[in-house]
Amino acid sequence: MGTSPVPGYPMGLTGLCPLAGPSPTSSIHVYTQREVYGTVGSHVTLSCSFWSSEWISEDISITWHFQAEGSRDSISIFHYAKGQPYIDDVGSFKERMEWVGNPRRKDGSIVIHNLDYTDNGTFTCDVKNPPDIVGKSSQVTLYVLEKVPTRYGVVLGSIIGGALLLVAVVVALVYLIRYCWLRRQAALQRRLSAMEKGKLQRSAKDASKRSRQAPVLYAMLDHSRSTKAASEKKAKGAPGDSRKDKK
Amino acid sequence: MLLLLLGIIVLHVTVLVLLFVSTIVSQWLVNGGHTADLWQNCTSGSVFHCLTSSTNEWLQSVQAMMILSIIFSVLSLFLFFCQLFTLTKGGRFYVTGIFQILAGLCVMSGAAIFTVRHTDWHQASENTSYGFAYILAWLAFPLALASGIVYVILRKRE
Repeated sequence: MGTSPVPGYPMGLTGLCPLAGPSPTSSIHVYTQREVYGTVGSHVTLSCSFWSSEWISEDISITWHFQAEGSRDSISIFHYAKGQPYIDDVGSFKERMEWVGNPRRKDGSIVIHNLDYTDNGTFTCDVKNPPDIVGKSSQVTLYVLEKVPTRYGVVLGSIIGGALLLVAVVVALVYLIRYCWLRRQAALQRRLSAMEKGKLQRSAKDASKRSRQAPVLYAMLDHSRSTKAASEKKAKGAPGDSRKDKK
Repeated sequence: MLLLLLGIIVLHVTVLVLLFVSTIVSQWLVNGGHTADLWQNCTSGSVFHCLTSSTNEWLQSVQAMMILSIIFSVLSLFLFFCQLFTLTKGGRFYVTGIFQILAGLCVMSGAAIFTVRHTDWHQASENTSYGFAYILAWLAFPLALASGIVYVILRKRE
């Protein structure tokens, strides 16, 4: 497939290797969604993108056709040529259509405002980028409904995702709390054991005079359940008393 | 002790099988040759063919509940084996039990939603009856709950 297709070959062959270099028969590809849903009175974007092997020329033209449901006629509702969009100003889409595309970005999208049931039908996006003009146009079917049906899997996915996320958050929270609690416990234990050692060496009075931190620690242990302010106050106010109580 | 352990695992695996079967098998609603489940509506006659179910929100939530219960139950089995080797002696299988109970609650809410809301996406007729997958889903609920409670009560011996 390395060789670029020779002019005159059947189209099917060139279609197989669209990445082949510029050649007179390389085709243009137009992409749209298959189906679009909209509610009455709302607006809907009919997106259309394309791929062309050629440079986007000044002569690029984008055309939207509309075929109403049950109708055999296809009417042209939008045309873009020579850098100028031409919007239907007589038909049913008069003053309801907006051009939001940008040919330089390979985008030929339009927006239809104020949807009505008569807009049900098939929209065809056709792009020509001379000399790249061979290729299929793409169709999108618009369904205007009272209420847009939920897309498949949206509710399903959100419920499963939400539940799993909730469980993960709860588990993480439990672990965090446990971790913090264990660390605090361990720290208290360490300080307590250090205190015990200190007590063995010197008398309690000496300890209270020398180290200013010891009473505070005792206060914390004694009143760990009471408010912090109260314990602090007590510790500051009468460090000796609280220690005596403990003993 | 070994017998108890085996019994618990068998119970858990039974719950899992019930959940899988009831989620997958197309026998939630039966109407002659017409069967429906959470995923598709099938007609068996001369030709057996299936159509995908509607995208009704309630149906999707039933699907989600069934999938969640399977996920929780599998997770619970996994955690059970983890805890079997890591738990200290005398500890309880709280985490395993909680997940198994969650699975039971999920399958209950899924089956309950289906019971109440199945007419929304499936036009009811005279001879429509619930299929065996629906019954299995309801059966899985007390079993999962029981197995979860056993896990919570159980203490590790050795």
